[in-house]
Amino acid sequence: MASQNYYDPADLKKFGKISDWSKELGDKFFEYYGKVFEEGALTAREKSLIALAVAHTEMCPYCIDAYSQDGLQRGITKEEMMEAVHVGAAIKSGATLVHGVMMMNKVNKLEM
Amino acid sequence: MLKEKRKQQQSLHKRHSELAMANKQLEKLSNGIFANGELPTFSEKIKVSNQFPLRPKKLEILQINLGYMCNQVCEHCHVDAGPDRKEIMTRKTMELCLEVIRNTSAHTLDLTGGAPEMNPDFRWFVDEASKAGIQDFIVRSNLTIIRANKKYHDLPEFFKNHNVHVVSSMPHWTRGKTDKQRGEGVFDQSIKALQELNAVGYGMPDSDLRLDLVYNPSGAFLPGDQASMEKDFKKALLEDFGIHFHSLFAITNLPISRFLDYLIASENYEDYMYSLVEAYNPAAVKNVMCRNTISVSWDGYLYDCDFNQMLELKVASKIQHISEYNEAILNDRKIIISQHCYGCTAGAGSSCQGAVAD
Ligand code: SF4
Ligand code: SF4
Repeated sequence: MASQNYYDPADLKKFGKISDWSKELGDKFFEYYGKVFEEGALTAREKSLIALAVAHTEMCPYCIDAYSQDGLQRGITKEEMMEAVHVGAAIKSGATLVHGVMMMNKVNKLEM
Repeated sequence: MLKEKRKQQQSLHKRHSELAMANKQLEKLSNGIFANGELPTFSEKIKVSNQFPLRPKKLEILQINLGYMCNQVCEHCHVDAGPDRKEIMTRKTMELCLEVIRNTSAHTLDLTGGAPEMNPDFRWFVDEASKAGIQDFIVRSNLTIIRANKKYHDLPEFFKNHNVHVVSSMPHWTRGKTDKQRGEGVFDQSIKALQELNAVGYGMPDSDLRLDLVYNPSGAFLPGDQASMEKDFKKALLEDFGIHFHSLFAITNLPISRFLDYLIASENYEDYMYSLVEAYNPAAVKNVMCRNTISVSWDGYLYDCDFNQMLELKVASKIQHISEYNEAILNDRKIIISQHCYGCTAGAGSSCQGAVAD
């Protein structure tokens, strides 16, 4: 093993290498990925902010690294980036809490 | 902390920083990741697409640096300009330049600095140069100079009277990002200056008085897509301040001088070089600005571009000074390159006129 860490920043640069062991699927993925982030009904800027929020909810260090930089390159401000992260956090905590209803249902059903 | 800040408000020269010396910068750019083969050198890279040696095309732009003095001390400045720099073009050298301007085949004259307006003979020079009938006469104005002192307040009128094309830097449409790169208060003063330029007709939608803005990233990252940045800048400046301008040029920060110092101090140097090399675009090499530009320094020496000027790499030609200027001989030269050139070929490419890849 080259690295003593599960996550190594240098690995982000090697992302493209996933195609080495499965070229067709790798190529298809990167083509799809590229297409998704093109200007469409949503602007590339909006997509970058969505990606940043999801990067946080997925807690992917590579994606956080990549989309923080991407945001800066697009002139997205720190305030915009942080609000996007809060959107992710709100959905994440909302998703946790809304399961509280499930818990309540179960408890109500079981309790006399 | 305060001491650190105060130090940053001085040029590298004033701070006696090692990186004030061109040879130290060139050393840094050739050693480390480029010497150990981790990254290819720029010449190796352009050899792959048969573009080595890099040679000039037809001369289109004559860029003259009137001096390194500036009212600002921007953190990223590749000139290492500031109020403490005393290198200023004399009227005698200007006269030599005028001789060349009258006879050149270039269609664009581009005055830069420092703040070119701080040269005491600036107005005389613009007056004389504008008589030569050059098609596009650019002055790179940092905006705050217009507000810096009463004697500069009439610059918008002066530019207008000489039909000068104004190109100005604006790193962001928000105060925070602008002031961080260019200094406290720069944003508000730049906004006022832009409004004053608009007031005399500069940058207005159908006006012939051209006002373009230069955007360069305030940090160790590359500029985004020029067209979408332009859209965002236009929208924000118009909505928030009623400001109009024509085009936005997105320029990559080259790893030299104060920006190199910043990259090293912030431990971003290697990653930044990696991202420049990764973003290398062979199509941009075709149009790098040294291929259609000659850069003249305050003391009349000739360079492939303003960056090479700061690295003290004079043109590789037997003609090296404006006093012996000869376009045909100059055009038959090899352009001097090093790893800083990766800044001109990343992504859509970068020049004083913004992106270059077609
Ligand atoms: S970037 Fe321009 S305005 Fe800023 S210090 Fe350098 S020459 Fe002056
Ligand atoms: S830095 Fe100068 S010499 Fe190098 S590619 Fe850019 S314009 Fe040409």
